[in-house]
Amino acid sequence: MGTTRFGGEEAATMMAELRGTFSTGKTRSYEWRVAQLRSIVKMLDEREGEIVEALRSDLNKPEFESVVYEVAMLKSSCKGAIKELKQWMKPENVKTPILALPSSAEIVAEPLGVVLVISAWNYPILLSLDPVVGAIAAGNAVVLKPSEISRATSSLLAKYVEQYMDSSAVRIVEGAIPETSALLEQKWDKIFYTGNSKVARIVMTAAAKHLTPVALELGGKSPVIVDSDVNLKIAVRRIIAGKWGCNNGQACISPDYVITTKDFASNLIDTLKQELERFYGAEPLKSNDLSRIVNSNHFDRLMKLLNEDKVGGKVVYGGQFDKSQLKMAPTLLLDVPQDSLIMSEEIFGPLLPLVTVEQLHESFDIITRRPKPLAAYLFTNRKSLKDKFVRTVSAGGLLINDTAIHLAVQTLPFGGVEESGMGSYHGKFSFDAFSHKKAVLYRSFIGDAAVRYPPYTRTKMGLLQALMGGSILGILRALIAALFGSSGKPKTA
Amino acid sequence: MVEERDSSCLLSELRETFKSGRTRSFEWRKTQLEAMLNMLTHQEHSCFQALDHDLGKTHVESYKDEAETRLLFYPAKAEVIPEPYGLVLIITSWNYPLQLALEPLIGAIAAGNVVVIKPSEIAPATSSFLSKTIPLYLDSTAIKVIEGGSDTTQQLLQHQWDKIFYTGSPRVGKIIMTEAAKHLTPVTLELGGKCPMIFDFPSISSDLKIDMLKRTVRRFYGENLETLKGMTRIVNKFHFDRLRGLLKDPLVANSIVHGGSYDEERLYLKKIVESIEFINSKPKPLALYAFTNDESLKTRIVSETSSGSVTFNDVLIHCLCDGLPFGGVGPSGIGRYHGKYSFETFSHEKAVLRRGFFPDLNARYPPWNTFKLEFCRVGYRFDYIALILLLLGLKSFPKES
Repeated sequence: MGTTRFGGEEAATMMAELRGTFSTGKTRSYEWRVAQLRSIVKMLDEREGEIVEALRSDLNKPEFESVVYEVAMLKSSCKGAIKELKQWMKPENVKTPILALPSSAEIVAEPLGVVLVISAWNYPILLSLDPVVGAIAAGNAVVLKPSEISRATSSLLAKYVEQYMDSSAVRIVEGAIPETSALLEQKWDKIFYTGNSKVARIVMTAAAKHLTPVALELGGKSPVIVDSDVNLKIAVRRIIAGKWGCNNGQACISPDYVITTKDFASNLIDTLKQELERFYGAEPLKSNDLSRIVNSNHFDRLMKLLNEDKVGGKVVYGGQFDKSQLKMAPTLLLDVPQDSLIMSEEIFGPLLPLVTVEQLHESFDIITRRPKPLAAYLFTNRKSLKDKFVRTVSAGGLLINDTAIHLAVQTLPFGGVEESGMGSYHGKFSFDAFSHKKAVLYRSFIGDAAVRYPPYTRTKMGLLQALMGGSILGILRALIAALFGSSGKPKTA
Repeated sequence: MVEERDSSCLLSELRETFKSGRTRSFEWRKTQLEAMLNMLTHQEHSCFQALDHDLGKTHVESYKDEAETRLLFYPAKAEVIPEPYGLVLIITSWNYPLQLALEPLIGAIAAGNVVVIKPSEIAPATSSFLSKTIPLYLDSTAIKVIEGGSDTTQQLLQHQWDKIFYTGSPRVGKIIMTEAAKHLTPVTLELGGKCPMIFDFPSISSDLKIDMLKRTVRRFYGENLETLKGMTRIVNKFHFDRLRGLLKDPLVANSIVHGGSYDEERLYLKKIVESIEFINSKPKPLALYAFTNDESLKTRIVSETSSGSVTFNDVLIHCLCDGLPFGGVGPSGIGRYHGKYSFETFSHEKAVLRRGFFPDLNARYPPWNTFKLEFCRVGYRFDYIALILLLLGLKSFPKES
């Protein structure tokens, strides 16, 4: 890619161009939006091979994950939007109260204007373009800033997005901190950020200067509670699929740590070992089905978690690594100290600590003591435990008897709470995230009630109170009072 | 002014209350809202009854949203469950000091939160009323009023809140959002802006319009300042001076055609189209009003301008329509409330997906191969025929690369 500097001036110029495009009204038309969404699908169809290559280069991501979790999910999101867009764009009729009659009201969805999407490195195709799908569906002009850490994918997006889509309204800006800062100085109508909570604070602070609304998709420590009363083999497979099967644990909704009873722990660990070997072989560093660690910074970070005093000795499986290739094997740890780094920070890697308790209900305290995560998981057949889990645990989303897949259900909002984020998207929620829902009230000139206007009198007030109270008796009483006065005697002329 | 120590204590108490789970029960919420109703009835402000009535009916149980789930995940049950954020801060404005404090409070309680209200110090009588009266009617271990000025607000903002609801000016809105960003606290900001009003009276001279306005104003409010009835005073000297300053501006002074003791700005444009352009050149307002019977103009206004809301042929009344969200866009605000939107603005919508253990599809699990890849690809497309053919070995798939 070229070395043209992208600073404040370039950002301002680009913003002016995009605002110009938006003000022509082009992006509002249904046809334009559908055409853009179709061109994303076309790009994914025609460039799939290159996308898989770029993801291999950036993350050593297995082809299966690239095709199923990035490309197919994205295509499905586009197609869903294309199918539902007409419905989403329709105004929603709303009832009006007796006081406002005669009138009609509706809620009209309109685009916010020019929006910024800042994406992450772990699912660089999905997390870049899925929010863009929402932005376009809602009729906005959009700038996408892919993560510089996933360099090959960033280049691919820069090369193809403006080629396939309408570059007068959709732009890619590559770069790192300086470029992102230049972008954040501009006044956006919405900023959609996927990443970590530290940078999220910087994004929201920059947004506050312009009163720009934000959506922040962050992460957290997603716990998994495993009850003894389960089909263990299937539970374990699903945990593995959600953890190491998702970018080798580098996913915002990856199971971060497991809680189970002391009695059940050895069963669970044995089954985990068994299935891990079945999936990745006896030498997992040689498996083609595991992503590598994205870069040496993150590799060192994970090694630090592993080598902390009183933690390293708790490894019960795995622990192999190869720094030169940035590879790390699935690793299980048992009962590390609660105040260790690995139990305080989001792991975002192939290490899985298991915490044991006497009774399973103790797990709730362990979870609620920590910041609210993006996801929380429970494996059980017991209804009482399911109910307690849903009632007690607050997270972006909860999943019972599986991991990770809830983000594929487009009818569920996907987003966090507190440290794990704000706002949500997927399906119609994406459309809503990038729309302003404008209230529109149509009044007629007929039926103008003098009761509203000054000079204000007690009688008028009484009648208004009754009308707003909505009780027929109250209205009648007030009307009588108006005609006859509160004494009950008819008023004299 | 509240001592730093005191506010920390107060907030700890509130967090303890929230943790106990008491505010989450339907009974507690109903009791509080009923108590608020009593409070308002005894204090003769029963115009809030309608709003309270609506919100009290809000369903606090989970509302189910049966989702269409894909073959790979079938059977599964999906739902969205609203839950309270926790500790909520409501900072109110002075112009409708009672309503702007209590209406968000209703939403916060209905959603099951614990609350601190910081009423505006510029309306001291109302602030004092709230501070004295609320503890008499509502659960004071869950709902507290903290009085004070901007120092108090600054101090409160240093703490971690789970949600902040602010009504007031854009300038202060930015300060609040900046402080909220430090804790990633979600905010609802109900701000303001210049609400434009479009009059479309075809081929009526501008003089006639003014005469009508003058006559109506005289009828409502009386002839001169001394006998002015039914009009609110300007709230304090700061704002009075500010408004007087606006009037003194020579450009504005020349366009005053009536009175001079209140601020009016009228602009006459030859074509109505210019008014749309003019409005769009200014920051997006909280409300836009248009008086017209022209249907195509109405359509143009709705689709070509942006504002928190649009009302045709009336003003302000959209605030009373609980089915309509009330909130701004751009500099006029973030978020919305009224009616069920009040409940939603103080709730986190938690996604919940439940699965059974069967069926469990092998295709998800490594080691991956081309068959499994094709299976998932096809499954995503809901291409059930292809799926069956694949399973029966009758469908070919791309060779292993």
